[in-house]
Amino acid sequence: MLPVLLVLALVELGSGLVLGALEDRLLRSPSLLVLVPVTIGTAGNLGSILAARLSTAFHLGTLSFDPGDDTLVGNAVATVALAVTLFPVIGLGAWALAALLGEATLAPETVVLVALSAGVALAVLAVAVTLATTYVAYRLSLDPDDVVIPVVTNVCDVLGVVVLFAAVVAFT
Amino acid sequence: MGLRETAEEAYREALPALATSAVGGLFAGVVLGGMRAELRAVEGLLVLVPALLATRGSVFGSFGVRIATGLHQGIVEPRVDLGDERLRAAATAALANGVLVSLVAAVLTVTALTLLGSPVAPLPVMLGVALIASVLSGVVLTAVVLLVVFAGYRRGYDPDTFVGPVVTTTGDVAGVFFLLVAARTVLALVDTFGGGP
Repeated sequence: MLPVLLVLALVELGSGLVLGALEDRLLRSPSLLVLVPVTIGTAGNLGSILAARLSTAFHLGTLSFDPGDDTLVGNAVATVALAVTLFPVIGLGAWALAALLGEATLAPETVVLVALSAGVALAVLAVAVTLATTYVAYRLSLDPDDVVIPVVTNVCDVLGVVVLFAAVVAFT
Repeated sequence: MGLRETAEEAYREALPALATSAVGGLFAGVVLGGMRAELRAVEGLLVLVPALLATRGSVFGSFGVRIATGLHQGIVEPRVDLGDERLRAAATAALANGVLVSLVAAVLTVTALTLLGSPVAPLPVMLGVALIASVLSGVVLTAVVLLVVFAGYRRGYDPDTFVGPVVTTTGDVAGVFFLLVAARTVLALVDTFGGGP
């Protein structure tokens, strides 16, 4: 377990450095700072749920890597739909909580826009990363349960921060 | 099953867990939003946050899954018994891994920021914050995982299905909360005994 944890810490340091580059802006706008853990967490969860479902379908033999495959496309569509449902609520929640603390410096629609655009971009990236990793695991005859979930969760963690960074820079 | 049914089923099954964990994440965010003074005072602390949260999730997620497997195999009794050697060994290993990886993450953060020429708090300050935060959140998470897994198991639920979301949700909240406690403690110590920047 320890070697995996150390590699993981190194990867997470990468997302920490991205966060550090945003530090001034995040400290000025508490609503955005409130968004950080929930964006990272939800991105990782979306990726790991999709990965778990595709792994199971793969083990059951009901998954084929074909753009017309119902399991593949259905799960991908659900991932994006989940992001579209959750992230506006998350954005509004982050703004409301910051407002309750008397520290909301941004307009609510700005925070919702940042959350939604980051969320949709993350869902699309999560789908791409999960499909690519599952396909590579399949090609190399590795058990996707062992490989895909840790890889996808951590890549999504890092992407969560990077995409949030891009959304913050674009919209604030 | 057609495309539409597959998508609808995947959506329905995932939404409750995602929503619950998002609520936990928002609360973690509120604590983070409330510790801006500490984030300014301990330069580089924000860089350490993702590594600390991810370590918490992996270490205690794996601890929970191990306990769940032990329950399924009948080698762990569903009650908190500190005399149970297997339980004590698993808890100690989780705690030790969590503390060790947090300390390594602190060293890596200070090294990386120094190499990049960015301002960063002195190594002993970062190590102190990582140590206090990982010990406190580790103890609390060990207790939460054991209580929730045992209580769920005794009520007839399969711990495998809820251990993940419970750990990510409490892990994020406890992780950020004890980071705040640790940062305040270390800043107070630096104030009292000097030696800080």
